[in-house]
Amino acid sequence: MASRSSPPSTLPVTRPGAGSGDGDAAIVVTGLEKSFGDVRALAGVDLSAQRGTVLGLLGPNGAGKTTVVRVLTTLLKPDAGTIRVVGLDAVHDAAALRHRIGLAGQYAAVDENLTGLENLTMVGRLYGERRPRAKQRGQELLERFDLTEAASRAVKTYSGGMRRRLDLAAALVAKPEVLFLDEPTTGLDPRSRLALWETIEELVADGTTVLLTTQYLDEADRLADTIAVIDHGLVIAEGTPDHLKDRVGGERLEVRLDDERDADKAVAALESISDDRPAVEGALVKLSVRRRAGAIVEAVRRLDEAGVGVDDLVLRRPTLDDVFLSLTGHAAEDAISEEEAA
Amino acid sequence: MRRLVSDTLVIAERNLVRLPRAPDLLLAFTVQPVMFVLLFAYVFGGAIRAPGGSYIDYLIPGIMVQNIAFGGFVTALGLNEDVHKGLIDRFRSLPMARPAVLAGRTLADVVTNTLSIIVLLTTGLIIGFTFHASLLEILAGVGILLLFGYAFSWVFALLGLLVSSPEAANSVGFIAVFPLTFISSAFVPVATMPPVLRAFAKVNPFTIVVDAMRALWIGFPAHNYPWEAVLWSLAILVIFAPLAVWKYRRTAGQ
Repeated sequence: MASRSSPPSTLPVTRPGAGSGDGDAAIVVTGLEKSFGDVRALAGVDLSAQRGTVLGLLGPNGAGKTTVVRVLTTLLKPDAGTIRVVGLDAVHDAAALRHRIGLAGQYAAVDENLTGLENLTMVGRLYGERRPRAKQRGQELLERFDLTEAASRAVKTYSGGMRRRLDLAAALVAKPEVLFLDEPTTGLDPRSRLALWETIEELVADGTTVLLTTQYLDEADRLADTIAVIDHGLVIAEGTPDHLKDRVGGERLEVRLDDERDADKAVAALESISDDRPAVEGALVKLSVRRRAGAIVEAVRRLDEAGVGVDDLVLRRPTLDDVFLSLTGHAAEDAISEEEAA
Repeated sequence: MRRLVSDTLVIAERNLVRLPRAPDLLLAFTVQPVMFVLLFAYVFGGAIRAPGGSYIDYLIPGIMVQNIAFGGFVTALGLNEDVHKGLIDRFRSLPMARPAVLAGRTLADVVTNTLSIIVLLTTGLIIGFTFHASLLEILAGVGILLLFGYAFSWVFALLGLLVSSPEAANSVGFIAVFPLTFISSAFVPVATMPPVLRAFAKVNPFTIVVDAMRALWIGFPAHNYPWEAVLWSLAILVIFAPLAVWKYRRTAGQ
């Protein structure tokens, strides 16, 4: 077994089961089921994540991502299945497990009327630390998350990005071995999003295992070592981002023609650079291209040679919709919303 | 047990630290009760014939019981907000004592209720309220007020976890508590009410607590009111505290 060093725990907790039988897995979930009344939120989910890696749960609203996180963080009891996180059973060893995990989510669960430092100190004390140590840890984290200047301001004056950073800091107070992030960047502006991605990457580099849920393919692509695509409470595809993108196909190239009567000529010109036969919708020709580099130039050159006038031309990355369309044959939107299910 | 105490104190501190920063909350504890005292004393007071002569003496114990019963409203609103903003999820993912979130809230209510009592009593004394009681009786009255308020905080804790929004907590709370406080001896003698209301008022715990306060503070006949007030408070506590904790575990489990 690889002698990977795991991050030191602040709390003197022994590690029963860690490394015994699970290999180097930080998360092992088998046959997880959970229903809310008649709604089957999880219908037998299997997942695993190695220590020090990022497992991305990708799926639309209502797919069951949040329910997975809530069961794994001991907030919900499963109806069936086994869940081991850092070797501990999420049901029977829930109390011990809570010392070793951190949870941050889309709600930015911090107290608006407290200051940033007060929030982190409170969380530290609820982990059983004494006030001076909790405060010291809070200051360390505020510095790390670039919130020192706002430390003594009430959180209600924070921007969305600052709140999310504070929420993440709160999840890191006890230096957890496994970090659960439920849609950590939903609703953030692009700059805050990028900054948060970088922070998550640093944590993983330090040895933290991360389970992350997201609706965004680019986010899963950037952060996750393994992606599990969830739909209707089931994992419908699992693998590395590259593996998954191969199944989905490459970039989408959309060409809007000056004259829709040129569509056939355009298809003929573009067919050889497309993965499959280009689709035509009126004056719009859509194709998927495996290689992004040079795709636009090549397409323009070919269309020009064929004498086809182009009004507009867009290259876009495959979206969650494309993933779903190619994996399930239906779009992501028709899933029931999780709020309704709960 | 040690964790329960320390976690409860951490949560209580959290809820008190925010008070001075939320001026609207502070107004609810100070200006609003004073306004009620003045309205009742000077608008209705002249028309109400109080047993014992002075309506202000009659009113102050009643309005203090009413006010203390509403003191737990902050708990209902605050808990509901915590559920919606995901703070309850954070607390439940921490290795803290389970009942501490509720115990800390209700403990913070005791502090704010004490503040309300001081404000109301000061107002009362300024407009002419006079004790007919020993220091011990005065303190016993304060004790009953705080105990009754604490018991009601747990009722509000349960309410805050049951309803879907702070607005709902507000309206359900008012619908439940207003009749209880008004159909009692808090503001007018029970004997002046129509028979059905009178029957309700007589068994209403508010009447018993108010009568206990009047016995202790202004020398009305005591009967067994003080003991019954304590028993009622304990009964409410014993029923609603476990219910609220049970609901807390389940709510956060949804």
